[in-house]
Amino acid sequence: MFFDVTIDMAVDDHRFALEFTSDAKLTALVGPSGVGKTSTLNAIAGLLRPQEGRIVVAGEVLFDSAAGVDLPPEQRRAGYVFQDARLFPHKRVAGNLAYGEKLAPADARFITQGEVVRLLEIGHLLDRLPATLSGGEARRVAIGRALLAAPRFLLLDEPLASLDESRAETLLTLIERLRDELDLPMLLVSHSSAEVERLAGRVVTMTAPGPN
Amino acid sequence: MLSPAEWTIVALSLKVSLVAVLVTMPIAYGLAWVIARRRFPGRMLLDALVHLPLVLPPVVTGWLLLILLGRNGAIGGWLHEALGVTLVFNWTGAAVAAGVMALPLMVRAMRLSIEAVDRRLVGAARTLGATPLHAFLTITLPLSLPGIAAGAMLGFARSLGEFGATITFAANIAGETRTLPLAIYTGLQVPGSESEVARLAVIAIVLSLGALLVSEWLVRRSQGTRAHVL
Repeated sequence: MFFDVTIDMAVDDHRFALEFTSDAKLTALVGPSGVGKTSTLNAIAGLLRPQEGRIVVAGEVLFDSAAGVDLPPEQRRAGYVFQDARLFPHKRVAGNLAYGEKLAPADARFITQGEVVRLLEIGHLLDRLPATLSGGEARRVAIGRALLAAPRFLLLDEPLASLDESRAETLLTLIERLRDELDLPMLLVSHSSAEVERLAGRVVTMTAPGPN
Repeated sequence: MLSPAEWTIVALSLKVSLVAVLVTMPIAYGLAWVIARRRFPGRMLLDALVHLPLVLPPVVTGWLLLILLGRNGAIGGWLHEALGVTLVFNWTGAAVAAGVMALPLMVRAMRLSIEAVDRRLVGAARTLGATPLHAFLTITLPLSLPGIAAGAMLGFARSLGEFGATITFAANIAGETRTLPLAIYTGLQVPGSESEVARLAVIAIVLSLGALLVSEWLVRRSQGTRAHVL
């Protein structure tokens, strides 16, 4: 099983519970805005702590409130591609790419900076500061930065949102390649049913709790 | 351009202010980080205590320092007994007084710049494998560097101008604790030294204005043109 998640969360007065398992290479998390999709990714990455529950990814227990397990984010090794890319503004693209690579255990690395640059076609951006990148460029760099950190799984938060059609198509093809060529469980949050249909082997739908 | 006596005063002022700022800087940054990033009971009290030298009459701050750090003071007595260090009546005392008076201004500038660092960037660093300390050293610290520089310059200007706490705590001893403001005050007590006073005043204006302009420039450069130090 790639993802085995049971969580009960409270984020800014919003409470929700979610339970799913998936053994698809790419699992999509869908649902209306504000239902807790990003909070779920944050909980899996270790940036938010659920009230209670259990999070197991690719056989490793990342969080288990009953057993008192709560790995810090740096030990979970999530390749988290944030919706806003969240590149480090004071580091050039090359510095952003190298950030996680330097911290990753050498034997866990599965891709080199050169390969990432070629795969994502970001060679011409290496000397640029994040503030000068377009949305699509920043997101490609963010994917590269995550891959170089030798993650054990990928979390993609609306990777295609607010990109024009041709850019979105490029990135979509790229995610397909990552899914097929890398041995990494992927969890994708999306609003687009076309995107989900094309990419995901399993779809988890989150719904707002009814008025009870 | 400057007479040897003036040089002594300027050099002492610069030494006192520089040491005051350098020693206070890490303390101020630590306090700024705690106040900006941590939520704990007593945080308001800590914030108020840090700001105390800003709102108290400087003479009162000097008196408090005398009580705490004087030779018979709670901490000063121990420093003297155990380490043979005496702060009163010498330049290190002047530096302590200047540092304490500069602390609130330095903490304010640094706190603003730490609060301006997007915490989610720290989260991103953590997911990439950074421990909290590594994330602090590579993300929060460099991104708040302009605030550190601005705080240091502001603290430096404040130290250069320090009078009340210094004369109360470290006294007014020529060549030892007589910094620019104290020398100007001393000159004013002596009839016929108007021109010396005027020269010292001009030096003080130039040094202080320079420090303020540099800090203002640093803050604008990092936080945008609408940001101000004061």
